[in-house]
Amino acid sequence: MAHEETFETVAGCKIRIMRGGKGEPLLFLHGASGAGRWLPFMDMLAQRYDVIVPEHPGFGASDTPEWLDTVGDLAYFYLDVIDHLGLDRVHLVGTSIGGWIAAELATRSCEKIRSLTLVAPAGITVPGVRKGDMFMWSPEELAQNLFHNQEIAKAMPQPASEEELLVVLKNRLMTAKLGWSPRFHNPHLKKWLHRIAVPTLILWGDDDKLIPTAYGPAYRDLIPASSLEIIPECGHLPHVEKAQEFTSKVVGFLQGAA
Amino acid sequence: MKFYLMHLMPYADLDLDYDKTHNSAWITLPNSYYDPKKGAKLYNRYLDELEYADQLGFDGVCVNEHHQNAYGLMPQPGVMAGALARRTKKVKIAILGRALPLLNNPVTVAEEFAMVDNITEGRFIAGFVRGIGAEYHAWSSNPADSHDRFHEAHDLIIRAWTETGPFAFEGKHYQFEYVNLWPRPYQTPRPPIWIPSQGSSETIEWASHPDRRYTYLQTFTPVAMLAKYMQMYKDMAAEHGYEATEDQLGWSVPLYVAETDEIARREAAPHIENFLNKFLRMPKEMLLPPGYLSLKSMLGVMKAKSSIGTKQTIDDVIDKGMFICGSPETVRQRLAQYQSEIGFGHLLTLLQFGTLPAELTRKNMELYATEVMPWLRENRAGAVRAAAE
Repeated sequence: MAHEETFETVAGCKIRIMRGGKGEPLLFLHGASGAGRWLPFMDMLAQRYDVIVPEHPGFGASDTPEWLDTVGDLAYFYLDVIDHLGLDRVHLVGTSIGGWIAAELATRSCEKIRSLTLVAPAGITVPGVRKGDMFMWSPEELAQNLFHNQEIAKAMPQPASEEELLVVLKNRLMTAKLGWSPRFHNPHLKKWLHRIAVPTLILWGDDDKLIPTAYGPAYRDLIPASSLEIIPECGHLPHVEKAQEFTSKVVGFLQGAA
Repeated sequence: MKFYLMHLMPYADLDLDYDKTHNSAWITLPNSYYDPKKGAKLYNRYLDELEYADQLGFDGVCVNEHHQNAYGLMPQPGVMAGALARRTKKVKIAILGRALPLLNNPVTVAEEFAMVDNITEGRFIAGFVRGIGAEYHAWSSNPADSHDRFHEAHDLIIRAWTETGPFAFEGKHYQFEYVNLWPRPYQTPRPPIWIPSQGSSETIEWASHPDRRYTYLQTFTPVAMLAKYMQMYKDMAAEHGYEATEDQLGWSVPLYVAETDEIARREAAPHIENFLNKFLRMPKEMLLPPGYLSLKSMLGVMKAKSSIGTKQTIDDVIDKGMFICGSPETVRQRLAQYQSEIGFGHLLTLLQFGTLPAELTRKNMELYATEVMPWLRENRAGAVRAAAE
């Protein structure tokens, strides 16, 4: 499926957007490693949806604006993006930090959101359940800890040029800015997740070493119309590690939510 | 030239086999490795050593701040400076320095430093640092905000010391309705400020700015780099239209002097190697969290073959001039050469390092104070006189 890349300026910040497919709009919010390439799961979703993949401010080819300090800033920013692109009844899908942004966005306004899919989202904390610390992991440990299947971990491409390495460092810097302390959560988010008024699917890999699977039920219990599905033999990135299964679960949910 | 005794206060009783199960003596090394009975003895021994420097004629003693590690047991250096303030009579006392970005309230440091400055009747030198990367893991302070928070905390402290209060401070990270410091610093307008660094050009630019002219301290670097960074400071000063003085340049270096070169090397070897390979050991992720360096500098570090994690020997560090070691004559000549080439005015020697025991530390201090310091004072004074004539 062909996709196009454009740059849009929203709230004074220029961001890179990949977009492909036809159908209802689906806005995908990426995680800590950015949105460098159009991935197989995006292709599969693009068979049925108008898939829109922005690169967050502070990541990859997007600008780093002065105003960006917290995930809450990104939540408001994406409300602006939705207005800017004229989207309505949009399916919002977010993974990891992107899931956190999506959840924060939906607590602020669900007016233009039709459904919410949170894939191993950061954003809350479960007392006594320790998250992994990606800031202490070497690049090799990070790859190992993100995947259940170590063959995939080994096959993950490493930065091939200085430019690519710079993007890795830029993404990591912004990830730290957003998630260093408190570590990958907003202590206030739990108080307001009950405001999410759209059907919500929560997806988790059963072998997530970064944000343990035990976070799934916690999120499910806090969001009213939500259900939790666990993908077996899968790490923190179900959309990469189990792209087929991920896509069919998302599509099944979105069709049910229609 | 002025002479200072720098102390890190390592947990010298560390079980050195810790590295069979742990990848660092910092942050993640369980504090079950710390025995308070041994620690108490070390603290008192180290304070004795710093007090002894006063009697031996050093110009100053220096303490510093590191958190959650066996490398240096001074998470709160103000406690040490407070203890030294009453027990020393002549030496300057330097805290080199407090890690400003870690602070929730910079006014606490303005207060603490002003108190020591008062108790010592102006024998205090203030040091400000960002802290090494590991501090950001220990303290949960966001490294991506490190530079911002450093500058804001610095501005707040300087204003608290020099402006009549109460005044309001409206920053991004710190906001106060009333800043009104009691006590005000003893020294007018404020204590001297030193900026220890490992050579970031941003720091050198900032420290040398005519608004500040802070003493820049180069810590633990090869002597070739020392020369480069000191020259950078002088050049930046010249660009601003003034000439940097020796008083604006300092060097911090571990040093061991003994009766002969051979004895010095033999006595120092296990302890400097423990310092480098056991106490200073940490993975790159701990040392350089994201945001600690600019993206450009970080890219440079990633591309460079890192010496982090490779075993270092006494020969490596002597060759690079990161460790001065030898007979009094060897040490005198080496220091005189570096000083005349590089032109620093403050020499901070670490005369205890790693596991170096009390007797050898005392011998090192005594030989340095009697055989090296006086000669350098005379020799450098002579050199300056000769140059002036």
